[in-house]
Amino acid sequence: MWQALYAELAQEDFIVIAVAEESRGAETAREWIELARPTYPVLIDREHHVADLYNMVNVPQAVWIDEQGRIVRPSETAGSHDAWRSRDRASGTLPESALALAAQAKRTYVEAVRDWAQHGARSRHAFTPEQARAHLALPDDKVALANAHFRLGYHLRAAGNVTEGDVHLQLAADLRPDSWNIYRQAMNLRELGPTGLAADDDFFARVDALGSGRYYPPPDLEGFPTELGFAPRE
Amino acid sequence: MTTILTDAGVSSVDTARAAGEDLWLPAADLPRASGWTLKPEGLCQGEMCVPLPRAATERYLADGAVNLAAFWRLLGRPVLHDTSGSTWMLGAAASDRGRALCTLEAPDFTLPDIDGNLHSLSDYRGKRVFLTTWSSW
Repeated sequence: MWQALYAELAQEDFIVIAVAEESRGAETAREWIELARPTYPVLIDREHHVADLYNMVNVPQAVWIDEQGRIVRPSETAGSHDAWRSRDRASGTLPESALALAAQAKRTYVEAVRDWAQHGARSRHAFTPEQARAHLALPDDKVALANAHFRLGYHLRAAGNVTEGDVHLQLAADLRPDSWNIYRQAMNLRELGPTGLAADDDFFARVDALGSGRYYPPPDLEGFPTELGFAPRE
Repeated sequence: MTTILTDAGVSSVDTARAAGEDLWLPAADLPRASGWTLKPEGLCQGEMCVPLPRAATERYLADGAVNLAAFWRLLGRPVLHDTSGSTWMLGAAASDRGRALCTLEAPDFTLPDIDGNLHSLSDYRGKRVFLTTWSSW
């Protein structure tokens, strides 16, 4: 998704780093990488270390980091949003109305990334330190414990202790039920379905349980669809 | 052999002794396994030292060994292990992660690409980095 933008911005001091939250490792990621043929680094994060450090709950999420290594937009959804919840579960397609919202959401976000890539700190989309702190979602003790269970579960599984590994992956998902990163990766490790997509009836039941509540806070970006929860700042 | 998982990575130690919720390590093996060093002022990591509670020193120190699990809990960090006590996860506390994020300094990490070459976020200092995630699932 980001290759065209990256190629277009090759002259800027700008780079994309795409981290694959992929406990099955490089071989599972390879076919996707070869399809997208990115010229920016694609890294394999079997233990979901980046999601842990930056407190992410799903993919894709993104963080903007400036030339000095400072966060100017903390973790936020980067291409996924609640419009996806109206997707037809058999065909995977979005209804007409949601398609338009998804297109607007994507256009708004990509434009914002382009603007920042070109203008850096002068971009109106780069937060001041105060704004960046205000947008941080900080983990609580349950999240920290969930991340510890996830990593232990991953390691036990990798060492051949699948039964006990799965117990810890389950504990992780129970402690942090809002993390699709944990829940869907654990499902994907237990069993690789024919499509490779970790979305079964239980997953959709969890999505349905969100009701009218939002899974994601929308990115705080002017032009983002208000139907997806964006509220312009005063 | 005991496997110890921390933020610094994975280490294997053949001198560790697990007993219930305790994990004893000879002080000499502590830096490699945990990044902490036993000093007269307490356990130290870089410039930072944490004194051990005077009233219960034996809980943390005995016969030249350090109870790493008890120390980790003293720091308020999660400690987990498998049933056999051979794999220990010494996690980060929510406050560790929160404090790091609040500085707005992007937490560094090192990961392999598909060919096994290692990349650190800090290798790209001087550029604006759009750090994004994806997955096959």
